[in-house]
Amino acid sequence: MVDSLAYTPQITLEFKIGEKDFFVAGECASRVKKTLQQLGLRQDVIKRIAIIIYEAAMNVAIHATSGTLVVHVEPDAITIRTEDVGAGIEDIDLAMKEGYSTATYEIREMGFGAGMGLSNIKQCSDNLNIESKVGVGTTLNAKVLFRDQGRHEDT
Amino acid sequence: MTLKEAQELLEAEVLCGNDDCLNRGVGICFACDLISEMLLYLKPHSLLITSLTNAHVIHAAQVMDVKAVLFVGGRRPDESVVKSAESNKIPLFTTQLLTFDCCGRLYEKGVRGNRQ
Repeated sequence: MVDSLAYTPQITLEFKIGEKDFFVAGECASRVKKTLQQLGLRQDVIKRIAIIIYEAAMNVAIHATSGTLVVHVEPDAITIRTEDVGAGIEDIDLAMKEGYSTATYEIREMGFGAGMGLSNIKQCSDNLNIESKVGVGTTLNAKVLFRDQGRHEDT
Repeated sequence: MTLKEAQELLEAEVLCGNDDCLNRGVGICFACDLISEMLLYLKPHSLLITSLTNAHVIHAAQVMDVKAVLFVGGRRPDESVVKSAESNKIPLFTTQLLTFDCCGRLYEKGVRGNRQ
């Protein structure tokens, strides 16, 4: 398993996610996972990245009217960025709280809306930054480093 | 136990999965109906027990390296969901049993949860 990609060219994967485009949001995570497996990344790193992508993409589909997800593979890290147009987040700290959700009944019936998306993303990221403007939209930047820098690795 | 043995124990019907898949062993199980909890708690190579039958279960199963998915209460996913599982090589089962009974039977036979 490769620990860093010093000799691999940088790769960017981009996805467009529309309102309620739940299937596409799920597909993003599956497709990126398969790509990263072909690159030979460690399984635990791939899983963290796939979880971030799944939750972030699903947030766009659930809460925004449109958005993009960009995954950028660098030699020592992967960055995941979502940028959406939508209602935005009024209180980011509150949104980060486990169990807090603004999801509709339709979303909860699908198995989402547990209010764990952002906390899952935070748990899996080495760096996380969220910016939002009510009535405009939200940008999320998450980074996963390949080398464990004092972080407890899950097995 | 193997997936084949689990299938018999849980009186389950195979929706997709060939003999090669069914011979695989399973020692961990997780029962859940929330996708975010699946992403948070599933250990690799687990049997996932769920009432959800939508495409997101397959996405979550693929992301989390689930060994097989069992739908309880007689629930069956759409054909498109079965096809997605087939292409991701994830066996699917359905049983009339409910979650508690499935978990109890598996636990008695030595299958354990994700925290053990």
